[in-house]
Amino acid sequence: MLQPHQPPARYALGFLVLIAIVVGASAAAFAYTAGWFSPQRLTPDKIVDALTPPGVDVLGHRRNHAKGICFTGVFEANGAGSALSKAQVFTRGQYPALGRFNLATPNPNAADATVRVRGFGLRISTPDGQQWRMAMIDPPVFPVSTPQAFYDLLLASGSKDPDAMKTFAGAHPEIAAFGGWAKTAPWTGSYAEERFNSLDSFIFTDGSGAEHAVRWSLVPAAQPVPVATADLAKRGPDFLEQEITDRVHTAPQHWTMVVTVANPGDPTADPSKAWPEDRRTVDVGTLTVQQIEAEPDGPCRDINFDPTVLPAGIRTSDDPFPAARSSAYAKSYDRRTAEAKDYPRTTTGAKP
Amino acid sequence: MNGVRTRFTVPQRLLHWLMAICILAMLFIGVGMVSTVMPKYLTLVSIHKPLGIAILVLALIRLAVRLRYGAPSLPVDLPAPMKLAAHLSHYSFYALMIGIPLIGWGMLSAAAYPILLFGGVHLPAILPQSDSLHALLWNAHFYLAFAFFALILLHVAAALFHALIRRDGVFEAMASVSGHGGVAPSE
Ligand code: HEM
Ligand code: HEM
Ligand code: HEM
Repeated sequence: MLQPHQPPARYALGFLVLIAIVVGASAAAFAYTAGWFSPQRLTPDKIVDALTPPGVDVLGHRRNHAKGICFTGVFEANGAGSALSKAQVFTRGQYPALGRFNLATPNPNAADATVRVRGFGLRISTPDGQQWRMAMIDPPVFPVSTPQAFYDLLLASGSKDPDAMKTFAGAHPEIAAFGGWAKTAPWTGSYAEERFNSLDSFIFTDGSGAEHAVRWSLVPAAQPVPVATADLAKRGPDFLEQEITDRVHTAPQHWTMVVTVANPGDPTADPSKAWPEDRRTVDVGTLTVQQIEAEPDGPCRDINFDPTVLPAGIRTSDDPFPAARSSAYAKSYDRRTAEAKDYPRTTTGAKP
Repeated sequence: MNGVRTRFTVPQRLLHWLMAICILAMLFIGVGMVSTVMPKYLTLVSIHKPLGIAILVLALIRLAVRLRYGAPSLPVDLPAPMKLAAHLSHYSFYALMIGIPLIGWGMLSAAAYPILLFGGVHLPAILPQSDSLHALLWNAHFYLAFAFFALILLHVAAALFHALIRRDGVFEAMASVSGHGGVAPSE
C-alpha cells in the first residue's frame, strides 16, 4: 500500500497544480461564507455603521439608544404566567432586575425633549441560572416590517436627497401607523409614566409543551400626564434622568407586566402591525424600580440587553427582528467595549 | 527503509478526522454568523457555542492520547526545516484547539452573557465582567481563528504534498483506515 516511489516529474507538476486548486478553492469558499464576495449582504457591521451619525462622538456608547440611565429593582411574579410558559421567572416569587431607561437616538448627548421614542432595557435573573433580557420601546408599533426595511430607513433618513424619505414611505406604507403615533401621541415628563412594549413576538412554551405566540408590555402604575413639547424643552437637556432619579428616590416605581396572547393568524412576524385590541391578556407580575444609578458607573453600562437571551420556556418566533437585533447589538457591544477608554468610569473601583 | 513508518493509533486517527470536520465547520459557521442578520444568525450561534466546547473537550482528550502514545517519527530523509515546520505546526494546532474555545468562553464571561449550550445547560463564567478583557479576548478570538484557518490550509497542502508527490507514508500514517495502528507495517 505504501508507495515509496515518487511520481515522474511530468505528473508532479500536475499534482502541485491540484494542491494549489484545493487550497485556493478552500480559501475562496471561506471568503464567500464570510461575505467578502457579497457586497449586497446585510451585515451587522453595515447596520451599525448606518446607525452612527456623522460628526457625533459616539465612542464607548451604545450605537443606538445611546443616552440612558441604569436602574435596579425586582420583578415579582404572581404565578399567572406559568399557564403560558414554564420559565421560572413566571413562578410566584421575587427575582432581581437590572435595567436601563433610554432614548432612541444614536446621539449620547441628545436633549431629552428632542427624542420621540423612549426605551427600556431589562434583565431578570432567576435562581436556576437563567436570564430573560429584553429591550422595549413606548410606541405601539415598530416603524417597519423587516430588518432590511429598517436599514433602508436609516439610509433614507441620513440621505442628502430631499425626496429620500418620501420615496421610502411610498415603498413602505406600513410606516404610516408609527408616523400617526409619533404625531398625535402625547409626550410625558417621566420615564415612570411610559408604557413599554416588546413589539416583537415570541413563543412561550408551557409545562405541557403547548406553545403560545405572545407579545408583552410593561404598563406603568403612574398616571401619564401629557406635557407640551415646548414645556419639556424648557426643563433642560437631561430632565428625564433628573426626574426619574428624584422620583425613585422618593418612592419605588411600578409597572405591571402584561402578556398578550395571539389568536391564530395574527401577524407575529411583523412588529409594524398591532394585534386587535380584544386579544387575551394575562398580568404576570410587577416590576419595581428601586434604585437609579448614572450610566458611567452603573451596572447597566456593560450589559447588552439582547432580546434573544431568553430562559427555557421562551423562544423566538417567526419574527425576523430579534435575530437581526441580536447580531447588531452584539456588534455595537463589541465596538463600545473596545472603546471603553473613551467613556471611562468616573469613580475608581466602581463596580463593573 | 525510506517511506516506511508506523501509523497513528486508531483513536488518534479517529479524533483527527472527527475534529478536522468539526473545526472546519466551526470556522465557516463563525465567519458566516457574524456576517448575517437573518434568522440563521441565531441558529448558527446556537451551534457555534456547544460545538466549540465539544472541540475543547475532544482536544484535551486528544492531547492526553498524544502524550500517552506519541507520534510516528517523520521520514529520515525529510529535510530538517520541514520537520521543524511539521512539529511547530502540530504544537500550534494543539494550542489553537484548546485556546480558541477557551477564549470564546472567556469572552462571553467577560461580557456577562449567559453561556447557554443546549436545552438550558449553562456553563459558569470563567472570568469576571470586564470591558477591557472582552475587547482583548474578542480580538484574540478573531485573529487566532483566521490564523488557524491559514495554518490548516498550509497543513492540507503539506499533507497532499506528502500523499501525492513525496509518497513517503506521512499521509498514510494519519489517513490509513486499517484497524491496527501504532505498529510498524510488515511490508
Ligand atoms: C433591526 C432593527 C433594530 C436594530 C438594527 C436595532 C439596533 C440597536 C442597537 C445597535 C442598539 C444598541 C445595543 C447595545 O450596544 O447594547 C439598540 C438598543 C436598543 N434597542 Fe434596538 N434595534 C432594532 C430594533 C428594535 C426594536 C424592535 C426595539 C423595541 C421593541 C428596540 C429597542 C431597543 C432598546 C430599548 C435599546 C436600548 C437597550 C439598552 O438600554 O441597552 N430596537 N438597538
Ligand atoms: C475551535 C473552536 C472555535 C473556532 C474555530 C471559532 C471560530 C470563530 C470564528 C471564525 C468567528 C468569527 C470571527 C469574526 O469573523 O468576527 C467566531 C466568532 C465567535 N465565537 Fe468562536 N470559535 C470557536 C469556539 C468558540 C466558543 C467555544 C465560543 C463560546 C462558548 C465561541 C464564541 C464566539 C462568539 C460569541 C463569536 C462572535 C463574536 C462577536 O463578533 O461578537 N467560539 N468564532
Ligand atoms: C481541519 C483541521 C485539522 C487540524 C486541526 C489538524 C491537526 C493535526 C495535528 C495536530 C496533527 C498531528 C498529529 C496529532 O497529534 O494528532 C495532524 C497530523 C496530520 N494531519 Fe491534520 N489536521 C487537520 C486537517 C487535516 C486534513 C484536512 C488533512 C488531509 C488533507 C490532514 C492530514 C494530516 C496528516 C497526513 C497528518 C500526519 C502528519 C504527521 O505524521 O506528522 N489534516 N493534523
